[in-house]
Amino acid sequence: MTDYVSTLSIDIGLIGPELALLIAAAVILLLIFTRKADRFATAIGLIGLVVSMVLTVRQWDVKVGGFSGMVTVDQFAVLFKLLFAVASGLTLLLAERYFHAKHIARPEFTALLLVSTMGMMVMAGTTDLIVIFLGLEIMSVPLYVMAGFNRRSLESNESGIKYFIMGAFATGFLLMGIALIYGASETTDLRRIVTDFSYIATNAKLFLFTGAALMMVGFGFKVGAVPFHSWIPDVYQGAPTPVTAFFSVAPKAAGFAALLRIFAYGLKDLGALSDVWWILAVLTMTVGNILALRQENVKRMLAYSSIAHAGYMLVALAVGGADAASAVIFYLIGYTLFNLGGFTVVALLETRAGSRADFSEMAGLSKAHPYLTATLALFMFSLSGFPPTVGFFGKFYLFSAAVKGGFIWLTVIGVMNSFVSVYYYLRVVKVSYFDQIEGRFVPAPLSAGVLFVLIVTAVGTLGFGLFPDNVLEIARRAIQAFA
Amino acid sequence: MTIDAVIFVISAVVAIFGAAMMIAQRNPVASVLYLILSLIAQAVIYVQLGALFVGIMLVIVYAGAIMVLFLFVIMLLNLRGSEELGKPSGRVSRFTKYVITLLFFVELIFVIRGVALPPAPELVTNQPDAFGSVKAVSMLLFTKYLYPFQLTGVLMLIAVVGAVVIARREHPGELPDDTAAESTLAETPKEGTKA
Repeated sequence: MTDYVSTLSIDIGLIGPELALLIAAAVILLLIFTRKADRFATAIGLIGLVVSMVLTVRQWDVKVGGFSGMVTVDQFAVLFKLLFAVASGLTLLLAERYFHAKHIARPEFTALLLVSTMGMMVMAGTTDLIVIFLGLEIMSVPLYVMAGFNRRSLESNESGIKYFIMGAFATGFLLMGIALIYGASETTDLRRIVTDFSYIATNAKLFLFTGAALMMVGFGFKVGAVPFHSWIPDVYQGAPTPVTAFFSVAPKAAGFAALLRIFAYGLKDLGALSDVWWILAVLTMTVGNILALRQENVKRMLAYSSIAHAGYMLVALAVGGADAASAVIFYLIGYTLFNLGGFTVVALLETRAGSRADFSEMAGLSKAHPYLTATLALFMFSLSGFPPTVGFFGKFYLFSAAVKGGFIWLTVIGVMNSFVSVYYYLRVVKVSYFDQIEGRFVPAPLSAGVLFVLIVTAVGTLGFGLFPDNVLEIARRAIQAFA
Repeated sequence: MTIDAVIFVISAVVAIFGAAMMIAQRNPVASVLYLILSLIAQAVIYVQLGALFVGIMLVIVYAGAIMVLFLFVIMLLNLRGSEELGKPSGRVSRFTKYVITLLFFVELIFVIRGVALPPAPELVTNQPDAFGSVKAVSMLLFTKYLYPFQLTGVLMLIAVVGAVVIARREHPGELPDDTAAESTLAETPKEGTKA
C-alpha cells in the first residue's frame, strides 16, 4: 500500500484567497442575529473580498501545487480569482442599494455570494476534475438560492426553481462525463491525462469521447451555450437584477476557466472536438442575437445578449491554441466589466417603484440623468463592439486568433453576428436619448456604492479599450502558465 | 458462466430495471421504492468489485437514510400519488406485504443476535490494507483527497444555509422596520413609473 501519510500535504497558504472568503461568510452567518446585520454583512463581505484579492495578487509569481496535487496555483488561477473577486465585490455594492430599495435586504445574501465566489476560485485553482466539480457545486448551490432570493416575487421564485432543476440536471451530465474520463484514464488529474494521453486515447477512445461530450453538455449549460440555453431568459429576468448581473459574468467566467483547463489543456490533443465547438459557437451566437432582437424587456434582452457573447467566446475553444485562449481571457475581463456596468444601470432604474425594466421605461432618461445615460451608452457601445472600448478589442483579438487558425468562416459568421447585435444595443441608446415621454421622468437616486460600481466599470471599459496591450499581455502570461 | 458473472448480470439488470421503472412511475412513492431497488443492486456490484465499504455505505446512506427521508417528505407533502396508495390492496399484494414483513422480522432477529457475537474477523482485522476496506478508504480520504473531502463540508454547509434562507417563514411582525411597509408596496403595481 502506498504510504499516503508521508505524502500528505496541507498547504493552507495556497488556499488563502478561498479561506478568506469562507471565513468572512462564516462570520456573517454567526453575526446574523444582530441588529443592522445587513450593513455589517456588506462591510464584512467587502473586507473579505479585499483580503482575498490581496492574497491572490501575492500568488502571481507562484507556480506550485499543493494538497497532493489537488490545488494548483498558477497565473491562470490568479487572474481568474481576481476576476471573480472583482465581479463579486461590484455585485455586493450594487446589491446593497437594490435590495434596500426593494426591501429584500437580508444578510444571508452576502454569505451566499461569498461562498459562491469561493467555489469559483476553487474551480479555477485546480487541475483535478473532482475538485473542479466540487467547486462548480459550491458555486451553483448559492446561485440557486440567490436567483429565488426575492421570495415575495413569483418571478424570482420561478427563476430559482428553474435554475435549480436545470442546474441539477446539467450536473448529472457533467458528473457522468467525469466518471467516464476517470474510467478511461484511471485518474482525475488533468496533468496525468496530458502525460498519458496517447496511451489513453488508443485504449479507451470511446469512453474518452463520450466523457468529453458529456462534460461539454454540463459546462455548456453553465456558460449558456445553445442548445443548453433555454433556462437563461427566465432565470435572468426573474432573479433580482444584481444577482442577474452576477450570473451573467461570474459563473460564465468560471465555466470558461474550467473549459479552458479541461479542453484547451487536459484534452487538447483530442481531435474532432473542434468541429463540435465550431457548431456550438455558431449556434450560440446566432440564436442569442436573433432572439435578442425581439425583446421588449431590457433585462431579457441582456440575457439573450449574454448568450450571444458566450457564443463569441466559444470561438476560442473551436480554434484552440494559446492565442485564442489568451484572447478569450481578455474578452472575459472586458465582458465582466461592461456587462456588469450595463446591468448596474438597469438595476438602478429598477429601484424606482413599479419598474419592470422595459425598453419603454427608458424614454426620457437622458434629460433626468445625463451622465448616467452617457455611461449606459458607453456600455452598450462596448457590448456591440465599437472601437474605443474594450468590447471592440475583445472581439478583435478573438477573431484575429480565429483567422490565424484558419477559421475564416467562423470569423465571418461572428462578425456578421456582431453587426446584428448593434441593432438591439443601440436601441437602448436611441430610446434613452431620443424618445419622448409625457410628464416627468421619475429619477433613480444614486448611492455611493452604485456610483463606485459605475465608475469602476466605465473606467475599465474605456481604459482597457485604450490600453489593451497590457491586459492582453497579462492574459498571455496566464495562458503560458498552464500550457 | 462463472457464478461471479451470473451475480453481476442479475444485479446489473435489476439496477437498470429499477432505474428505468423509477422514471416511468407516476406515483412518487413507487418511484422512490424503485430507486431503492436500483441502489441495492448497485451495492451488490460494488461489493463484487471488492469495494465493500462503498457498497455498504450505498445501502446504509442512500437506500437507507436518504430514501427514508425522501419517502417521508413525499408523504408529508401529501401528493396526489398518495391517494392512489390509499386504495384497498388486493389479496396478492396483501400477502406479499405480510411475507416481506415476516422476512424483515426474521432478519431483525438475526441482526440482533449477531450483535452479541464478535464482529466478522476477516472483514475488519485480517486484511487491514485490503482494497475497499474502511481503513483503505479513509486513508485516501484523509490524505490524498483531503482537500475535496473538506470542500464537500463547505458544500453541505452552504446547502443547509440556502435551504434555510429559502424555506424560512417570514412573520410580518418580525420583519425589520424598513421591511414592514414593503408587503403593501409590492401589491400595487406600476405606480409612479409612467407619471
